[in-house]
Amino acid sequence: MNALDRCTVHEHDVIVIGAGGAGLRAAIEASAAGVKVGVICKSLLGKAHTVMAEGGMAAAMGNVDDRDNWEVHFADTMRGGQYLNNSIMAERHAKDAPARVRELEAWGAVFDRTKEGKILQRNFGGHRYPRLAHVGDRTGLELIRTLQDHGIHQGIEVFMEMTVVALLKSGGRIAGAIGYDRERGRLRVWKAKAVILATGGLGRAFRITSNSWEGTGDGQALAYHAGAELLDMEFVQFHPTGMVWPPSVRGILVTEGVRGEGGVLRNSEGKRFMFEDIPDAYKAQVATNEEEGWRYVCGDKNALRPPELLTRDHVARCINREVKAGRGSPHGGVFLDIGWIREKLPNASDHIKRKLPSMYHQFKQLAGVDITSETMEVGPTTHYSMGGVAVDGQTQASCVPGLFASGECAAGLHGANRLGGNSLSDLVVFGKLAGEHAARFAKANKAVEVDPAEVEAHVAAIEAPFSRSGGENPYAIHAALQDTMQDLVGIVRTQSEMERALEAIAALHARHAKSSVTGHREYNPGWHTALDVGCMLTISEAITRCAIERKESRGAQFREDFPQKCAECATFNLIAKKAPDGSMEVHRRPLVPTRPDLAAVIEKMK
Amino acid sequence: MALPSERKPPFLRGSLHFRYSWDPLMSQTPYSLPQPRAFLETRRTDRWWIVPLLVLAGFGAFILYSTWAAFQANNYFIGGASQPGVQMLLSPFYSPVLWDAKGIHSGHAWFGDAPVWWPAWLLFSPALLILPFPAGFRFTCYYYRGAYYKAFWGDPAGCAVGEPKFRGTSYRGEQKFPLIFQNLHRYFLYVAIAFIGLLAWDGYQSLWHFNADGSRSLGVSVGTIVLVLNPILLGLYTFGCHCWRHLVGGKHDCLSCSSARQHRYKVVTWLNQRHMLFAWISLFFVGFTDIYVRLCASGTWTDWRIL
Amino acid sequence: MPPIHAPLSTATTTRRVEFRVWRGDSSGGQFQSYTVEVTEGMVVLDCIHQIQASQASDLAVRWNCKAGKCGSCSAEINGQPRLMCMTRMDTLPDGQPVTVEPMRTFPSIRDLVTDVSWNFRVKKRIKPFKPRKPDNPDGSWTMFQVDVDRVQEFRKCIECFLCQDVCHVLRDHHKHDEFIGPRFLMYSAMLEMNPLDTENRIADLKHHDGIGYCNIGKCCTKVCPEHIGITDNAIIPMKERVVDEFYDPMTRLFRMFKPR
Repeated sequence: MNALDRCTVHEHDVIVIGAGGAGLRAAIEASAAGVKVGVICKSLLGKAHTVMAEGGMAAAMGNVDDRDNWEVHFADTMRGGQYLNNSIMAERHAKDAPARVRELEAWGAVFDRTKEGKILQRNFGGHRYPRLAHVGDRTGLELIRTLQDHGIHQGIEVFMEMTVVALLKSGGRIAGAIGYDRERGRLRVWKAKAVILATGGLGRAFRITSNSWEGTGDGQALAYHAGAELLDMEFVQFHPTGMVWPPSVRGILVTEGVRGEGGVLRNSEGKRFMFEDIPDAYKAQVATNEEEGWRYVCGDKNALRPPELLTRDHVARCINREVKAGRGSPHGGVFLDIGWIREKLPNASDHIKRKLPSMYHQFKQLAGVDITSETMEVGPTTHYSMGGVAVDGQTQASCVPGLFASGECAAGLHGANRLGGNSLSDLVVFGKLAGEHAARFAKANKAVEVDPAEVEAHVAAIEAPFSRSGGENPYAIHAALQDTMQDLVGIVRTQSEMERALEAIAALHARHAKSSVTGHREYNPGWHTALDVGCMLTISEAITRCAIERKESRGAQFREDFPQKCAECATFNLIAKKAPDGSMEVHRRPLVPTRPDLAAVIEKMK
Repeated sequence: MALPSERKPPFLRGSLHFRYSWDPLMSQTPYSLPQPRAFLETRRTDRWWIVPLLVLAGFGAFILYSTWAAFQANNYFIGGASQPGVQMLLSPFYSPVLWDAKGIHSGHAWFGDAPVWWPAWLLFSPALLILPFPAGFRFTCYYYRGAYYKAFWGDPAGCAVGEPKFRGTSYRGEQKFPLIFQNLHRYFLYVAIAFIGLLAWDGYQSLWHFNADGSRSLGVSVGTIVLVLNPILLGLYTFGCHCWRHLVGGKHDCLSCSSARQHRYKVVTWLNQRHMLFAWISLFFVGFTDIYVRLCASGTWTDWRIL
Repeated sequence: MPPIHAPLSTATTTRRVEFRVWRGDSSGGQFQSYTVEVTEGMVVLDCIHQIQASQASDLAVRWNCKAGKCGSCSAEINGQPRLMCMTRMDTLPDGQPVTVEPMRTFPSIRDLVTDVSWNFRVKKRIKPFKPRKPDNPDGSWTMFQVDVDRVQEFRKCIECFLCQDVCHVLRDHHKHDEFIGPRFLMYSAMLEMNPLDTENRIADLKHHDGIGYCNIGKCCTKVCPEHIGITDNAIIPMKERVVDEFYDPMTRLFRMFKPR
């Protein structure tokens, strides 16, 4: 029997892989352009990792501080990304974000309000003014639910709990995707003129991560194997504050909003260690004493921000340093304290519960800690991938015709480090752009046929774990990969460790090729893990190879053997690409040139 | 575990009045629902039956007592011209007294002696004309409804606990007759609010006693405190009513449009969050008030004067 | 210096707990016993993962975030509808086996996974949000926190469908065709109370959504992991609006003289 005949075949103009914020926004946009759209989600609709975003979405609306505008936001983003960002994308992001936020409101989102009845904005690390539109500490949930509730009425077909395993190509162009549904284990082929990748992140390749099980780097791996380029994969953001205790919740995110509301970091000596090390680029923007920091939190426009609200890469490294110096908390983190604001606010306990309700419940239920009176123990956790599929800044198109990417799995906007809150706005700004251009591409091009031989090869690969027997449990391989990445390619990196990691990954590749699963095809998590591990091995290799190639410390990448920034390294991005022989090659590519007017804005804001 | 195919619920047979159009393959899932559990069957390991049992005991005891007390047609007041020096107390079960019971002259009756048109074969008690209204208010109360459905006829017996099977497939809820009449709750609320005024008047009356010379003087007894507290507790319950919360502001989408509305809504919401608490406190206290007056009237207790 | 809670012991104590997990599919199944090494702070989902990784790699379970934010890992633990990721082992009675089984309001697919697609069908049927014209030239609205407080409470919903699971109208009476369940009564309330919304769903609530079937047992409120006052703040206010529209002769009379 022909492999294609064994698959259930769906036909669309545009297929969106991933139903988080970016995927749904892209689908809504493409659907509005009048093409037939399908969305494939790995989980149920509305469960994507976007729900985990807590703090808010950055948009320079100036509702709280009218000095804010797109230029300041643009400059903040570029500074945060250490100028490796694609400035075209950063410009569009800063300019479009306010409109995207208001659009969400028109679709039913209900943001927290200012006294004047406008959308309230909060402080966040690296943003000069209060800029994050938010809903308590569950902004991501608000975003995805709004898009979901709006999207289900737009005639979009949704394929829930289905996983794409490979992209199909024909004559160099994207022809569709192949995968399986979890419920029955049936094979599925989606024929499409254009495919948008919106699969999110890759945190699951690390042991300590804030990502859900879905964050296995599928989109990056799919694109890589389809011949697209991966950009800046070395930049993996470690969020400074993840839970560290008890062990089973290690890595779960503690929102930056805690610090935005006045939370402070202390070491075991009770010292606010963040005051000790302030990078030069931010010296002029940081409070000189604790009192000024508190006034900033309270909205005093003349005060400067407390050092806890520096960029994430820096805060994470400072925490790492304290722990290594033996000044950490009992379980290997540092102390995050929001309860201290009792000294400043009469009703602090209620205030904390109202502004940070899910943090309150998360600690109460999972760690038995009452954050209104006790301190939290926090430490860095793998959070976000700045790198991803290289896309054109104007269209979100990759170098493979018909393949688009947006959201976390695309790269370019954030450079070497992402500012908190820029992710949610990234999703909707570039989700919309990807949807628009994918629809345009689908309208301008005829459908292409999928190649049965290619389908056959993919089907064999999908079913391979069942056909082998006596092989290793895929969970064990996954755990070994996580240990490798966490220990050897983590916050602090060195050449020799990363070379060892490459060897380990190669060995894991070999073990993975022999792994096997037992049982049936219906909802078999062992089988799914076996397929996901393949993606994680690919992107882990890309992360490691790029990290080796970037011989400097910049943004999220910290090299112990090259602790300084190097001027030459500021001129290029790194590209990982599949070579004709199937191996991974990494090369440098000069930065997208910054337009003179944008360069002037950066200079003005320095 | 699985249902026999003929009992598959219609939403799985595709007879929906709404269609699932996303994935044609998924809409034909031949899955069936798990069989409902048998009466009282559950895998809960906690003592879930305590609360329904307490409701059954508490509400049941009150119903039995109040019915008995209503039919007594005596011992419903103390004080008055015939009992100088005794504070004037009137049982809330009998208040307001429209007509006195046969042979009794409480001095509280609005229209005098027992009505002549009352059928002779039926015992006349002033309480029978009064009690249906507060009873109706409690029986249609959103809190009590949920509580006594569970306690009285196991609908459901407890959360995630199997139900008695006598309803079969014909569950009607409050969607259909007879419980659709629960929607009249707000009319009972209007009456209940009026009753709070009347009981407050009784509380005021309890501050007075007659002197031997027929004049009246102020005084305070234990009974006075009971009769003053009673309408206050009833008020805390009544003004926390879900209907009241709706009427004072909840029905509007814009609370900020009127600062008075915003304030009212806030206060009633505070009470509403404690509706269950005040429901039980006021229920027991109103019962106790009747018991107090009844025992004083029968001479078992003495209503001690404080002032 | 604020109080820092007493350093916890890093040496974790382990205890062995028997798990009885329902294995099977829509055609039937039974409980299977597994023994799990439980250490401090573990939640039920950790135990299920341990079983998956070491004893039964094909044990089907739906989960995503493991932080109580996505609402995927709904199940019945010791008979109580709960999120597996938010149920700490030390809150369960010691020395007794822990039973874990799928939700009972939805058809079983396999093991702990149920077919919840009905919920997605129901949601699609509810009239969507339809805002009034923007108040301001930039397309935004002026709206105050006190007005959105009620709506935001309902928007906390993570769609774990535990309320649907515990609701006896669905669970015991299988009224899926006539009753939309607490989740969607609350969803309707969220839209109805939104100050911007111009749509009217009150007639739908009475005629198609079966709001009258709710007999306010408050089980939905009790199981809600987000602590939303589903019954008191959403369903009862909607019942009252239905009364306004359909059952109260006085409001109807009043409306004749004062058209909206």
